[in-house]
Amino acid sequence: MITKRIIPCLDVKDGRVVKGVNFLGLHDVSSPVRLAKFYSDCGADELVFYDITASAEGRALFTDILTEVASTIFIPLTVGGGINTVDDFDRVLKCGADKVSVNSGAIRDPSLISQAAKRYGDQCVVLSVDAKRVNGQFRVFAKGGREDTGLDAIEWIKSGVQNGAGEIVLNSIDTDGVKNGFDLEMLDAVCQVVDVPVIASGGAGCVDHFKTLFHALPKVDAGLAASIFHFGEVAIPDLKRELAADGINMRLTGFSAPT
Amino acid sequence: MVAIIDYGVGNLFSLKSSLAAIGAEAVVTGDPAVIKAANKLILPGVGAFADAAALLRQDGLDQLIIEEANRGKPLLGICLGMQLLFDVSFEYGEHRGLGLIPGRVVPIEDAIPAGLKVPQIGWNALCFPKPSPLFRYMNEGDCVYFVHSYYAAGCEEYVIAGTEYGAYLTAAVQRDNVFGTQFHPEKSGTVGLNILRAFCEEGALC
Repeated sequence: MITKRIIPCLDVKDGRVVKGVNFLGLHDVSSPVRLAKFYSDCGADELVFYDITASAEGRALFTDILTEVASTIFIPLTVGGGINTVDDFDRVLKCGADKVSVNSGAIRDPSLISQAAKRYGDQCVVLSVDAKRVNGQFRVFAKGGREDTGLDAIEWIKSGVQNGAGEIVLNSIDTDGVKNGFDLEMLDAVCQVVDVPVIASGGAGCVDHFKTLFHALPKVDAGLAASIFHFGEVAIPDLKRELAADGINMRLTGFSAPT
Repeated sequence: MVAIIDYGVGNLFSLKSSLAAIGAEAVVTGDPAVIKAANKLILPGVGAFADAAALLRQDGLDQLIIEEANRGKPLLGICLGMQLLFDVSFEYGEHRGLGLIPGRVVPIEDAIPAGLKVPQIGWNALCFPKPSPLFRYMNEGDCVYFVHSYYAAGCEEYVIAGTEYGAYLTAAVQRDNVFGTQFHPEKSGTVGLNILRAFCEEGALC
């Protein structure tokens, strides 16, 4: 049976991997290429590679870094940040991305999802959503979590899937960086309304948070995290072994796992 | 030399990079002379079956691939490239394939229980109903990466790997020198690179 996926996220600014707490106070972690290779060898099932400054500052992705990552690792690679047009899809796909994640670009122009899905297939289009509770509603935030769009997250995700998004990354701003566990309530609300893979993001602090995620929400396909992996607080081989021992289907063989 | 057949479908970056990573000499080409000169052929592909089949025919590459395969040249179809090896696909209508392996390409959702997501996206384990040289550097139970909504049926005799997704689905096929993988070896980490290595290296494949 298909395995649950463990996905490290590499937020990139100026060619380096960074991770903010609640999107503020960025600090440098490591080289994207080195981290990507390390994670692939550790058994990461996929990598997400975001240019986190792109939507805020209109900065283009550093495609040479992306090309180097994609030439070095041979697991699925999702790229996001600054994806505003179908040409942006073309640019990152040519550099070796397998899937392209849209966020603010799709909020500005929702037809981006359908245009890209038509050209590259649904499986290529990932809708990434930063959401936060506002007045009892899950609200979509844009520009790296800084701007309240007023959109209802559940409705936004539903329409995104109808338009051709083949996968959803749901990042809860409320739990992001807090390391208190994934936002099960928000994730459940999304899983109820879509039938494409849902990737949980924001809040992972320890192995138990992943156990809780996959046991409580069987419809969630993957767990995504950044800092706990980058800083070695959770080692991916240990995480996957513990999840497998807890009855969660994991990919455990076929990669060299430095311990 | 391995020729990765370029007929305007899909992204060949990862395939090219993965062959470079295993030290295989490879060229991405749609040139019939280069394809004829190559020792081995890889037929990639993503997207819709009908479009891909039409593009192959438009360039006359379909006949060339059939001729080269019939001469005994090793051929590996990947994902949609694997589906194209069969007689027919029922993806949005009925479309003729290359007919190199008997069988038909049908929707996954007709075979699996309701509630499972389609496409199948993610890592799944392989089981081997019979041995194949393609998998000589990996173990049964190792996972590979799938993205597909259709699968090959009616080809039991040629199945060299299956995977469990609510039903037993064809994951790889072999008919003599013609191979196909429904999954993406170029996206399946070390396991995938070892499958490509088994295909690309010198020596008997069948």
